[in-house]
Amino acid sequence: MRSLNALPVHELNQLLQNGECSSVDIVSDVISAIERVDDRIGAYLDYDGEHALKEARASDERRSNGCQLPLLGIPVGLKDVLNVRGMACGCASRILEGYTSPYDAYVVTRLREAGAVILGRLNMDEFAMGSTNENSAYKPTRNPWNQDYVPGGSSGGSAAAVSACEAVAALGSDTGGSIRQPASFCGCVGLKPTYGRVSRRGLTAFASSLDQVGPVVRDVRDAALLLEVIAGHDRFDSTSLNIPLSSYRDTLTGDISGMKLGIPKEYFIDGMDPDVKKTVQDAIDKCAELGAELVDVELPHTEYAVAVYYIIATAEASANLARFDGVRYGARVDGRDPLDMYGKTRAGYLGDEVKRRIILGTYVLSSGYYDEYYIRAQKARTLIRNDFENAFGTCDALIAPVTPTTSFRFGEKGDDPLQMYLGDIFTVPVNLAGICGISVPCGMSGSGLPIGLQIIGPAFKEERILRAAHAYEQATDWHNQKPEIARTAGMS
Amino acid sequence: MKYKVSIGLETHVQLKTRSKIWCGCPNRFGQPANTDICPVCLGYPGALPSLNREAVRLTVVTGLMLGSTINRRSKFDRKSYFYPDMPKNYQISQYDEPFCTGGHLNINVNGGSKRVEITRIHLEEDVGKSIHFEQSSGVDFNRAGTPLMEIVSEPELESPDEAFAYLTALKQVLLYGDISEGNLEEGNIRCDINCSLRPMDSDVLGSKIEIKNMNTFRGVHRSLVYEIKRQIGILDNGGVIQQETRRWDDDSGLTSIMRTKEHAHDYRYFPEPDLMPIVLTSEEIDAMRSAIPELPADRRNRFAVEYGLPEYDAGILTSDRDLADFYEAAAKISGNYKAVSNWIMTDMLHYLSEEGIGIDKIKITPEALAELVDLVVQNTINMPAAKKIFRILLESGGKPTAIMEDKGLAQISDSDSIDVFVEEALSSHPSSVADYRSGKKAALQFLVGQVMRLSKGKANPRAAMESLKRRLDSGDPGN
Amino acid sequence: METGTRQNTEHIDVSYVAHLARLHLADSEIQVFQKQLDHILQHVHMLTHLDVDHVEPTAHAMPVENAYREDDIRPCLSHDEVMDNAPNGRGGLFIVPKIIE
Repeated sequence: MRSLNALPVHELNQLLQNGECSSVDIVSDVISAIERVDDRIGAYLDYDGEHALKEARASDERRSNGCQLPLLGIPVGLKDVLNVRGMACGCASRILEGYTSPYDAYVVTRLREAGAVILGRLNMDEFAMGSTNENSAYKPTRNPWNQDYVPGGSSGGSAAAVSACEAVAALGSDTGGSIRQPASFCGCVGLKPTYGRVSRRGLTAFASSLDQVGPVVRDVRDAALLLEVIAGHDRFDSTSLNIPLSSYRDTLTGDISGMKLGIPKEYFIDGMDPDVKKTVQDAIDKCAELGAELVDVELPHTEYAVAVYYIIATAEASANLARFDGVRYGARVDGRDPLDMYGKTRAGYLGDEVKRRIILGTYVLSSGYYDEYYIRAQKARTLIRNDFENAFGTCDALIAPVTPTTSFRFGEKGDDPLQMYLGDIFTVPVNLAGICGISVPCGMSGSGLPIGLQIIGPAFKEERILRAAHAYEQATDWHNQKPEIARTAGMS
Repeated sequence: MKYKVSIGLETHVQLKTRSKIWCGCPNRFGQPANTDICPVCLGYPGALPSLNREAVRLTVVTGLMLGSTINRRSKFDRKSYFYPDMPKNYQISQYDEPFCTGGHLNINVNGGSKRVEITRIHLEEDVGKSIHFEQSSGVDFNRAGTPLMEIVSEPELESPDEAFAYLTALKQVLLYGDISEGNLEEGNIRCDINCSLRPMDSDVLGSKIEIKNMNTFRGVHRSLVYEIKRQIGILDNGGVIQQETRRWDDDSGLTSIMRTKEHAHDYRYFPEPDLMPIVLTSEEIDAMRSAIPELPADRRNRFAVEYGLPEYDAGILTSDRDLADFYEAAAKISGNYKAVSNWIMTDMLHYLSEEGIGIDKIKITPEALAELVDLVVQNTINMPAAKKIFRILLESGGKPTAIMEDKGLAQISDSDSIDVFVEEALSSHPSSVADYRSGKKAALQFLVGQVMRLSKGKANPRAAMESLKRRLDSGDPGN
Repeated sequence: METGTRQNTEHIDVSYVAHLARLHLADSEIQVFQKQLDHILQHVHMLTHLDVDHVEPTAHAMPVENAYREDDIRPCLSHDEVMDNAPNGRGGLFIVPKIIE
């Protein structure tokens, strides 16, 4: 039997239910995996093993008293953007040094209600800005498949932890691909729910109109399970919608015969990594084999998406991050007057990528440029939304790559942020349109790096993309592949 | 040279809600610093605003009372600027789609009436409060997130008096609508002034000077008097007024420069992504409209017509909604509109100002006042006794009849009892009797006074006078 | 092209914008950012090729309206918990360098 830390949550639930293992066993395995590999991976910023074990014991106690909850005694790692009462929430930024959160994010409350054990804080790009985890102020996270390679980002810690079997499940956040891209780079399953499906309360905002919390897990069934727990209407998040939830696990029938899958031609571009192109094409063929009907669709404004995204996201971020000023919490550099203090504190404690985006976002909103950049981007956003709406007129879901390339080496993209941004081309349109998308492993590159398949669905049709992803996953074995380091982590 | 003055006011009104605008912290004044706060009003990471429905209702009701157009669709925007009392370093406000557009307010100046146009009314959040020390400043965020309504007037006010009258009339409307506590000491109503001067024969508005953060109506008046004089001084000497923002120092009575146009803020407004647009249906607006009270000006006119009161009295009685309610209740019970008005206008208002209290703290009920008026009309008590009873009613409450009986203040009107006092007065003052008979009719008043004194004020003065006249004129000397 | 849209003027005044954003940048940082941001803006310039004259802007991902909260009081944070987070808290206040308007 594999070690418990290498199993998906739904299998652990089965073992727990059958009395074949305890929550303490699971948490112990996960902690010893962290101890064995995390100095090489750097997925965790912090974890409290002792506290987790205490919670695990309490969960076992509850279970022996007949308590049944969907995540009872299951340890979950959280991206460092989520507030947990009594814990730091640092967004991998030095500017939040010293901040202890006095409240639980909505999704944390839901996890607790479901019986989950909160294990620790996972590394990320500072304030979720980045695609590599190189922008963490503390340490880079390394790709478990090859530690010279980036794990992706910004939820790189979440994906690496699950991939290296240092976590059985994690939550991340996705503003422009920050769940799907690292899941793809690390060979896990990552789901970005529809905007408004999951409350953002307690999720430190990067771009408020794009951010969504979602699961990073071992397989599609776990994604469905986690989504059932965290989704729902929050009356204190105005952008969370009151739309009935599906029982997502029940929709995982394995049957996609007759499902119309659209292939957007703009997602198969020149200059794409040939391995990615071929692997995704094979996956598409596999779906056809499973009975899905393939249709060609067009998303003609795709090429504009990165430009639109980097205007809207940075504009919102420039305001969202203005609160980090050294007055009420976090780090401070003293100054002659408040102006001096702000300038020194923010320049001294924010990283380069964050500063760059704040400047860009401030610029596009500033007097004289607002119409030219911001309003124009909002209008182009409408065109991108319309593209998807039209496409979903002829198909049930879209099937496409997650990224144009597999993971790359640290520092490979040099100091040109634009080259990095352009790698987001297949993920940002989904956030701009507010719809849902999932990344599932669909193969390996010649150099042994995972490749992900993206399935994109209309708003609030998570059950549809989960069903398609699950059917594909069950027909293949990619999700069971583990990196070498997972053996060290205790996978026998 | 002669100049035309144009003054516009941006009035910030704290709304009377239970909780703050975006969170459930209490909206109240006077708590220990930094105790009425939560992640939302402190701008913590991950905190989200959630719009208080009542704040929207109060804003729309204000718009309805001022005759504004209520916009079917409104939205919130972020207004960015860094300041220590601003938790998020952006203020959630409304930029181009406020709740209300247009409207007007009628003001009374120098005995005349003037209609002042309202530009717009929008809703935003208040900020924290800074306290300044020798070397540093401290911030209290209790006030942060208080719902703040901004009412912007057109620059149609032409003098400090008009600005004062505008604020007075606006406050009256806000109190009538129960929109705000309206307590200036607690900062419930604050305003920014803009003021420009131009030669009488020019149509082009002069450069705008803004005076920020005024918190008393008197301060507004004084600062404008100063500012207009200052600007005239510059213009008369051939100088040019530069657009700038100034601050008022109440102690020195001067305005001084805060920032010039070059240093104006770039607020970087953009739509607030955390809040959804508000779309009001006509049903919702109608429901709010049906709940608005009669406005002070309308009520004043109605009081004059319906109760036959002089304009002046009607104006005083309707200056305060509670006072007007009190009058109307008493007048309706009594039916003697003028008498009820007289009691309120004189003794009651005098008492209130003497005690420095509001009508809400008074003990007398409208029923009691009506009963008192009735006792006087029925000749059951005379005026001095009525005044005594009224004082007791003001201080302790109760029923006039019971007080009258308790204090033995009933008027003596039966002729037998009166005659006893009359005879004693006549016999004690023969010289006055002689005076009267020799044609000095004024002696009669003296004798009435004597009867009142002998009866300890209880005699019905008219009955006493009639009895005296009857005896004096008939030649019966009473001795 | 809309009025007010300038062609090939994609050049950020980095020190001015950094001041707006309250970031005291070193000159070397300004230079690096200048180059990088100008490059990004060149890419963003492609948006001017789009005809968006009759397109409504999208501000929210989901077109919903009227999300309200009822006017009810909810618990506040404890004063101590809040002040424990303060970089400089004294006498129940958040202390900052003296504010000069």
